[in-house]
Amino acid sequence: MKTLKYVLNRIGLMLMTFFIIMTICFVLIRMLPNPVQEGAGDFAAATKAMREAWGYDKPILIQYGIFLKNVFTKWDWGFCTTVGTYLSPVTSYVVSKLPATVILNVYSLLFSLPLGILFGIYAALKKNKWQDQVISVLVMLFISVPSYVYAFIVQYYLGFKFNLFPLQMAAGNNYLAPEMLKSMVLPVLSLSFSVMAGFMRFTRAELTETLTSEYMLLARAKGLTRKQATYRHALRNAFVPILPMILSEFIGIMSGSLVIEKIFGVPGIGAIYVNAINSRDYSVFLFISMFYTIIGLAANIIVDLSYGFIDPRIRMGGGKTNEL
Amino acid sequence: MNSNQFPDIPKEKFEFVKREKGIHDEKFETKPVGYFKDALIRFSKNKGSVVATIIIFILLLFAIFAPIFSNYSIDYADLYYKNVLPKSNLFSKMGFWDGTTKETVNSQMYDYYSAIPGAIEKVYKVEESGDGRRKSKYYTIKLDTYDKVGYQYKTVTKKGLDKIIEYEKANNIQILYPMIDTSKIKAKQFKNDPNFWYVADAKANATRTAKDELQPNYIKSDDSLRNDGYAYWKKYNENQYQVRVLYKEYYYINHGYYPSFIFGCDAYGQDIWVRLAGGARFSFLLGIVVALTNIIIGVIYGSIEGYYGGAVDMLMERISDILSAVPFIVVATLFQLHLGQKVGIIGCLLFAFILTGWIGVARRTRTQFYRFKGQEYVLAARTLGAKDSRLIFKHILPNSLGTLITSSILMIPSVIFSESFLSYLGIVNLQSKYMTSVGTLLSNGQGVLSTFPHIIFFPALFISLLMISFNIFGNGLRDAFNPSLRGAEE
Repeated sequence: MKTLKYVLNRIGLMLMTFFIIMTICFVLIRMLPNPVQEGAGDFAAATKAMREAWGYDKPILIQYGIFLKNVFTKWDWGFCTTVGTYLSPVTSYVVSKLPATVILNVYSLLFSLPLGILFGIYAALKKNKWQDQVISVLVMLFISVPSYVYAFIVQYYLGFKFNLFPLQMAAGNNYLAPEMLKSMVLPVLSLSFSVMAGFMRFTRAELTETLTSEYMLLARAKGLTRKQATYRHALRNAFVPILPMILSEFIGIMSGSLVIEKIFGVPGIGAIYVNAINSRDYSVFLFISMFYTIIGLAANIIVDLSYGFIDPRIRMGGGKTNEL
Repeated sequence: MNSNQFPDIPKEKFEFVKREKGIHDEKFETKPVGYFKDALIRFSKNKGSVVATIIIFILLLFAIFAPIFSNYSIDYADLYYKNVLPKSNLFSKMGFWDGTTKETVNSQMYDYYSAIPGAIEKVYKVEESGDGRRKSKYYTIKLDTYDKVGYQYKTVTKKGLDKIIEYEKANNIQILYPMIDTSKIKAKQFKNDPNFWYVADAKANATRTAKDELQPNYIKSDDSLRNDGYAYWKKYNENQYQVRVLYKEYYYINHGYYPSFIFGCDAYGQDIWVRLAGGARFSFLLGIVVALTNIIIGVIYGSIEGYYGGAVDMLMERISDILSAVPFIVVATLFQLHLGQKVGIIGCLLFAFILTGWIGVARRTRTQFYRFKGQEYVLAARTLGAKDSRLIFKHILPNSLGTLITSSILMIPSVIFSESFLSYLGIVNLQSKYMTSVGTLLSNGQGVLSTFPHIIFFPALFISLLMISFNIFGNGLRDAFNPSLRGAEE
């Protein structure tokens, strides 16, 4: 019961935060001069009708009321102007771009997650030996160097010099076609380095901590071999904080990477976001901004809650006795 | 054997210790080591961090001094030398870093380059391909990207022309070359090319003499400069002449040195070395200013939150919660759109970084306050009558100084990274004649990544080095400031 109350409380706070951010963004955006006043040619009348329906000529707070009404009753977030098909709904346009981003990130996660965790475990088991040193250096390199630098490197060497993969992602919607898969190798690779390094570092830190804990000593004293003790006791406990991290990564895949999508010409959500900003399509900008915001908020909550579900020792909400 | 029995030691070997004097603790011969000194000692033991510090220092020196000691300024641009490769005057004599490239060209282009003095440094090999009827030759050559510029048309005044002629006589070199008879050029793509001075057929293959020499295709004139019967200029009016110059020497007259760019040039003919240093200066400056401001705001905010607690804390936490949930790119974009005209791009960028940047510092400070404010020594100070401000700044805050310094240092690379990210995406446009940023340089280079990788290489190297060394430096600092790790290294 207490858990449920805590969860509901968190979700309520999240919605409130989201609502405040949306209000501020909306007001700030509507205060800007809109570059698309009339629209081109035959669309002029349609644009005018659309703008009237959206109350562009009324005060901003009334506009916001209309906006909220449209969003909640019809899930209508406005219409595209300078990005995408003129006057088509923003929602369907953005959703049509979502698969490319999601699939790319899923592949990248499927590639980097097992490798990252495996290398992390290996480094923890070989702590302070040369294998560990090599992995630490790699982690440092992968985490520090920006992903776009890796993108340039793989694009230049694998794509151009050795001509193994296409420089840009192939067009189309068939995400399982061989050419498509081949063209996705480079963006997936460049997305993977930092995620992989993050998991390596985190797994190593957690596992070294559990490996030196008292219950490991007890397990060994009971007569378990090192392998058994590591596998049955240390790994399981080390995974308590790793699982929420995996979860948050999986939620994060939807937001994608703006830079990588731009470099490899991925027709994803990040690419249209940058386009929308640069060509001042405010409806698309608002919608994707809110999308990113809610993803960030949701990831936070889910990570916090998952700790409690995975490890019952962590009491959610935490009363006086379990603070900090 | 009983350890108390030493029968062989003579009695006079024993003496009393300090019988007359009282027994005191000996004074320390070493100097006391304070918190910061201890941190410094432990930091300098960490070799990786020391190397990283040196690299950061070198990069900083590069940013400050590279433009001062360079021949070129940040607004310098010479389109003739666009995309030239890196060349260092020092190393070019040893055969590398000399602005040359290995290229395979067909026979037309081979003729073209061989007509330019100095363009072909070496011919590696000649290959013939194709079937019996249509054979074509391919040359693999070492091409000098600087000398490749060759001859150019220039419009000069009478005074300028006299100056060149005078210079030619004084130094005994040739700068002015005869004008080309363009009516006789059959290959269309070379019609207006000042380097296409030889007789050639419609496919641009040079018609060579029996001695394998190129034949000149110049305009004849009675009023020749060198008595060889060629025209050396085209007169527009009394004061304006079009001349054909060997650009390298012409450049030397105007600038006093031959062109050589350590990091090469970009597609606008701008010196990458100086532009990169300019971008680096901006990055460092932005990073430091933002980090300092955020630390100050964050510390004050976090102190108030943590010290007073209760409703104040609750309210302030909500505000920072909401601010931290806004994606940074949204903040940056909205600032840009609203204030871009009023306070300029740099101002917007500063605002955007500061609006959400302090939250991390504030959270850290708040936790520290929760940890220390209930401790006995604080209670004692309060009982003695210390004011709130004294308790905050004198008694509680110094405890978190180490973490704050570390987080402020680590904020610098993250700001630099975000700035390069925004300018790379074109959301923030920092490109102007007098300014640039690392992200813009990267984005300029990305378009020509496959043909001219050197344009992107140096900015990418710079930002990678900076990120790596700042992270190692920050980690070293964190370990050094953490007293619980003391002695753990040995």
